Amino acid sequence: MTDTATANPVHDFIANTVAEHPVVLFMKGVPEQPQCGFSAQVVQILDHLGADFVGVNVLQSDPLREGIKSYSDWPTIPQLYVKGEFVGGCDIVREMFQSGELKTFLAEQGLLEA
Amino acid sequence: MPIAQPDLEAILREGFPDAEIRIEDLAGDGDHYKARIVSKAFAGLPRVRQHQLVYAALKGRMGGELHALALETAAPT
Repeated sequence: MTDTATANPVHDFIANTVAEHPVVLFMKGVPEQPQCGFSAQVVQILDHLGADFVGVNVLQSDPLREGIKSYSDWPTIPQLYVKGEFVGGCDIVREMFQSGELKTFLAEQGLLEA
Repeated sequence: MPIAQPDLEAILREGFPDAEIRIEDLAGDGDHYKARIVSKAFAGLPRVRQHQLVYAALKGRMGGELHALALETAAPT
């Protein structure tokens, strides 16, 4: 492969991860034990909706912690990706959850049990 | 390093001169704020883009000096 899309291996890792898994949450800590209140809120919302997701702990690696911010041009963590698209951070996810929009969106994507 | 509420408001005001801006200091520690910004600049933009505009106005302070800023953005109705 000569046509490397980016020069940043961390961005490649992120792109591969969000391509491989339909719902990915980049977070502080792991879903079973979040290490930040904002990450914990998004985990709770996803659990509540019954969405299957993969949690990626950004605290395991400084390059990842910085790389996820430049990947999405978004300065904070958590970050939720659905089918490769950046959906938002804690505020947006919470707002979408409260309005019912998140449930509808995930259902439309076929990511919730009927 | 926390940011004083008037400073935060001034920074946001500079980025969104036309906006209605309401800031709450959630924890009283100058480090956990909530801001509601209503500006024409947000019209027609998805929420991610709206928040990105706010982060751009904060010029790199978000996630650094400013630990927590809960955002609520909207265009005037």
